[in-house]
Parts: sequence; C-alpha cells; structure tokens
Amino acid sequence: MKKTYKIEVDCANCANLMEDAARKTEGVKAATVNFMTQKMIVEFDEGKEPAAVMQDVLKACKKVEPDCEIFL
Amino acid sequence: MQEIVTSGLLAVVIIMAVVLILFAGRKNSQGMTKKQRTMLIRILIAASIMFVLQFISAENFAKLDTYLFSSAGRWLRFALYLTDYLIIGYDILKKAFKGIKNKQIFDENFLMAVATIGAMALAISANGDYVEAIAVMLFYQIGEWFQSYAVGRSRRNISDLMDIRPDYANVERNGKLEQVDPDEVGIGSVIIVQPGEKVPIDGIIAEGTSSLNTSALTGESLPRETKVGDEIISGCINMTGVLKIQTTKEFGESTVSKILDLVENASSRKSKSEDFISKFAKIYTPAVCYSALALALLPPLIRILFMGLSADWGVWIYRALTFLVISCPCALVISIPLSFFAGIGGASKEGILVKGSNYLEILSQTKYVVFDKTGTLTQGVFEVYGIHHNEIDNQKLLEYAALAESASSHPISKSLQRAYGKELDRNRVSDIQEISGNGVIATVDGISVAAGNDKLMKYLEIEHIDCHQTGTIIHMAIDGKYAGHIVISDIVKPHSKDAISALKSAGVEKTIMLTGDAKKVANQVSSSLGIDEVYSELLPADKVSKVEELLNMKLGKAKLAFVGDGINDAPVLSRADIGIAMGAMGSDAAIEAADLVLMDDDPMKISKAMKISRKCLRIVYQNIAMALGVKFICLILGALGIANMYLAIFADVGVMIIAVLNAIRALFTKKL
Repeated sequence: MKKTYKIEVDCANCANLMEDAARKTEGVKAATVNFMTQKMIVEFDEGKEPAAVMQDVLKACKKVEPDCEIFL
Repeated sequence: MQEIVTSGLLAVVIIMAVVLILFAGRKNSQGMTKKQRTMLIRILIAASIMFVLQFISAENFAKLDTYLFSSAGRWLRFALYLTDYLIIGYDILKKAFKGIKNKQIFDENFLMAVATIGAMALAISANGDYVEAIAVMLFYQIGEWFQSYAVGRSRRNISDLMDIRPDYANVERNGKLEQVDPDEVGIGSVIIVQPGEKVPIDGIIAEGTSSLNTSALTGESLPRETKVGDEIISGCINMTGVLKIQTTKEFGESTVSKILDLVENASSRKSKSEDFISKFAKIYTPAVCYSALALALLPPLIRILFMGLSADWGVWIYRALTFLVISCPCALVISIPLSFFAGIGGASKEGILVKGSNYLEILSQTKYVVFDKTGTLTQGVFEVYGIHHNEIDNQKLLEYAALAESASSHPISKSLQRAYGKELDRNRVSDIQEISGNGVIATVDGISVAAGNDKLMKYLEIEHIDCHQTGTIIHMAIDGKYAGHIVISDIVKPHSKDAISALKSAGVEKTIMLTGDAKKVANQVSSSLGIDEVYSELLPADKVSKVEELLNMKLGKAKLAFVGDGINDAPVLSRADIGIAMGAMGSDAAIEAADLVLMDDDPMKISKAMKISRKCLRIVYQNIAMALGVKFICLILGALGIANMYLAIFADVGVMIIAVLNAIRALFTKKL
C-alpha cells in the first residue's frame, strides 16, 4: 500500500533527514520525500495500518527536524 | 576597512528588507509565507540595531563607567549586542538545543550556534568585536531566508508551468451551465467547453468546431483544427468555438490526470547525483565538526607540548569556529534536486515528459539510439509515393486503380482512394475478381483493369517493368496492356533525417534501426536517413533479443535508448536503458511503458530531450563542483587563518544563491 502526504519542510537537507527517519520507522517499507513538490510518498508493510504508522513517522520526523510538518 | 564594508552591507540589507516587506509582502497569495515575513522583519530589526551599534565604539561606552560602576559600559555594550544576537538567532539556538536533546547533533543549527556562541565568548573576554558573531548569524539567516524564498518561488513557478490541471467542468443542467468538479463527471456525459477554457476530460466532440491549443501537452504552438466526431484530449485549450464533448473516460483516467501524476512524481525518482549528495552530506557535516574540534585542540597542544610556544587558544578556536560556519551542506543539497526539477519542468514545456530525475541522468549519457521504423521514423501510413512508366494520365491511372481496388479494405486500397481524393462511383466497377496475394482484376467502365504485383502480371502474361524504387509496387494493366505502376510506401516523417543528424551532433555515437519490414525497404529508409546500422525482417521477439545483444556490446557508461511508438514495442521499451515513446498523446500504453514520453510524434524532440538532459546535468555538475570547490578552499583558508568568519558565511550564502540561480537555468530550453 502506497500513500502520498503533503508535507512542509524548509530546507533540502532536512527533507533528506526526514526521508531517512521515515524509512527507519517500523511498518514503513519505503519512503521518498520530494522536496520540490513538498510531498512524502510512503509505502507501508503488509497489514500495517497507515494512520498508526504515520503517527510514528511524524514523531520521527519531528525529532530530526522540529520545523517540519506532515499533513495527515 | 572591515567596518565600512559591514556598514555598507547592513545598509543594503536594511533597504532590501524594507522594500521586500513593502512590496512583495502585500500580495500575500504569491509573495511570502507568514514565516518568511516574520523572519524578514527580524532581519530588518537586527540589522538596524547593529547598524546603529556599529557607530558607538567601546570607548564611548566606557564613558558610562564614570557615572555608574566600573565596567558598566562594558556590560551595557554586551547586553545590547546580546539582545541583537538573540533577536536574530534565538530560533537557531532553540533548534540546536532540541537537536542535542534528540541526539541529532550535527545539523547546521548546531554548527551556527556553536560558531556564534564561541565568537561571542571570545568577544566578551576581550571586550572586542561582537559584530562578527551577530553578522555571521544575520547573514546566515538572510541566506536561509533567501533560500526558502527563492526555492519556494521557483517551485511555484515551475509547478505553474506544468499546471494543466483543469479546475472544473461545465455541465448543462436544466438548461443552465453549471461548473462541477471534473471528478464527478461520469463516462458518457456531455460537457461543454467554452473558448479559452481547458478541456477537462477526454472525449469525442459531439457538437461544434474549434481550433485547439495543444502547447501545454505537446509544446507545439500551431493550433489544431477539430470537428464533430474527432477525439479530443484533456489538457488542450479550446481557442475559438464552443464545444460539446461526450466524455469517454473518467477524469482520473484522462490524459491530463495521467500526465500530471507522472510529472508530479517524476522528481521522486532520484538520480545518482542526488543520492551521492545526500550520502555525502551525511558524512560531510560530522567530518567537518570533528576536524573543527581537532583544529581547536591539536595545534595549541602541539605548540605547548612540543614546540614550547604559547598555546594561542583564541586564534585556534576562532579558526575552528570558522570551520563550522563553512560546513553547512545546504547549498549543495538544495541545488541538485532544484536543477533536476527545473530540467523536468523545462522538458515538459516542450512536450517531453520525463518520468524521473534518474532518466534525465541516463539520457544525458546515451550514446546509442535504437529506433523502431514504422510509426517512429516513418509515418506508419501507406501513401502513394510515385507513378511510373504510365501510358495515361496519372490521375486517370489512380482512378482506375482506386476503382478496381474499391471493394477491398486493405490499407493499400485505402491509400489509393486517398491519393485519388474524389468520391468513387462503385457502379462503374463490375466483375471484381480478387486473386489472393496477387491483386485484383475488375471491369471498370467496360474495360478490363488488372491491378496487382508482378506475379499477377506474369499470370496475365503481360510484360511489366520492374521498379527501381522500394515499397509496394502495384502494376497496372488496362485492357490487356501494361499501363505503368504505382509505388506505395510508408513515407518518412519530414523531420526524421534532421532528427538523426541532430542526434549525431548531440553526441550520439551510433543510430540503429530495427524493423519487421523487408530488407530492401529497410535499407532504403536507413540509407536515406543516414542511420548507421539496420536490422530488418525481425519479429517482435527478435527486437528484444537484438536490443539485449546491443546492450551487451556497448562499452562502459554509454547508455542505450530505444525509441518506439509505444503501442507494440512495450517489452523493448522496458528492456532498454531508457525507453522513449513517441506520439503518445492519448495512448495510455505508451505512457505506462516508457521512461520518457514524447507527446507529439516529431523525432526532432529526441535530440531536444537529450540537449535538455545534458544542460541539466551540466548545471548539476557545475553546482556540485562550485559548492564543493568553494567550501574546500574556504576550509583550507580558514585553517590557515586567512579566511575569517565573514568570508566563511559569504562563501556559504553566496554559493547557495549562485547555485539556486544556476539551477533555474535548467528551465530555459528554447534555445537548445
């Protein structure tokens, strides 16, 4: 299952950090952050509930870049 | 000297900030975000305070001491500068602190915080130059502000360029026009498109004629005429007449949605250069931090322990702090995706859809281009090419041929009818006798007419003249006598020859043509176009194995592109390093299978796409080289004590601004 989320992040390096953080989150199979279009594309592991996983992703992202926002 | 420069710069900053707040700030929708506006005001305040403080020297503050307690002036001076420092830098300090708490230490906030706090501390101890720390913070913030503003602006501009998304569809309800969400329009409904509006959904014209501007889709500026019964593709702009369109697809399945989806996700497929930079940034920042630490500790220790000199802690710590300022990787990291994004945007303006940054990169390394013949280099439509050795008028011969073949639905008979161009009166034809695989014999206006290949002529025992040209030859015999032959062939697209030579000049080493057609035809086409190699009489499966063979043969980093019409060569498109589908407007299969999609069927676009990709990659490499080069030079100068913090911050901000402006260049594709 793949979902696209709108995000807000100011700098490109922070976007890379967010991508890393999202990838390392449990339940995320793959994640790409597109800084230019301000989007995050997340592919979830089988049987995981996207909404729950995204909460963790948001938490992880906030940790690396307090200024970022993911519109869930 | 330094003071004059700083004052000058501060004055410029103040004026610019005021101008920006007054003018750009007003139109909120397209100007700055709220965050950017607040930041700009902070920059303005901090710069103004600093500008004033500059003119009051430490001696002037010292005069206070006589009125108050001793060193009161010194403390007041510090307090004022500290206030200024906090105004401009409090968020950086906060973020740096949060970063440490979250064990994400090495980010640029941390670097800036340590560097400026360090510089402040050095200044307190000497009652010296606080300006430096604040200036570094100020210019860093200006750089960040500019980056976010410029990137946001260009991101919006590029997105606007590609914005072909229709906002609504007009539907007639109870005799009135209503605007509805295109998503709500079902298949088979009738929508109305007025002049100047975008066609929102694919369909067939039910009523009205108009000319369409397809430039958003194909980059072609010539309008296209349409009439009732024509298929119409979403994303075109209706220019002249009101059109009623019966939809054949849902909005989500329409061309415009597919294209938008593709373009928007294109920059998510990251190129090797992007991966390299993000990996590099991960190593670079910590590495510079540790070197800074080493620079602060090792030389003084060595001086004390081994050389018997004084430690000079201040000097080395200052140099280490300069190091930290230089180490921010943002210029590098921002310019790469921005360049690719601009490149993809520029290409889509030309009707070239690139499915990802990585494909732009591969395209720039393409040295071998393999073409499919029919529909790619040729038009894929059979047309009368010439009439030779005829005894009667060309038009008359065509008329006989068209009449004789009128019962057949074969493409050849259709092309004869098309070439004849007038309505055929079937009543003039009788006794049609089709000789399978050879041709027809019929009676036209009471005269016996035979039209077919050489076997038919042999069968009728009529002496015929062989044609020196390639193509399908239709020999004609009228009333038992040879009357000449008609050559029918698939005509080469008008730009094919130019396209091949343009590819050569764009640096392609070898062009290869694959075709299922007869050898003679294939050789003739390839030699007339100047193609290097040709493989003919191939079955579809042979094309795949041929491409695999070619892939194995090529050397080193050279990449192989396959160009097809995307309809029956999907396997080959996906097997090649990069698959290019042509004439894809409205063909889902082609958009699906290819990595690069040319919306119209002009082969010239291939070399254009290559030039765009080269330009884009050139910009990417320029940015990488420039950013790294300047940073390394500054690192060395900083370590030697030649560069101070001012230079360091200008290296950082300046490089970033140049890199962003350079990246925007990738958007301009007209002159390529």
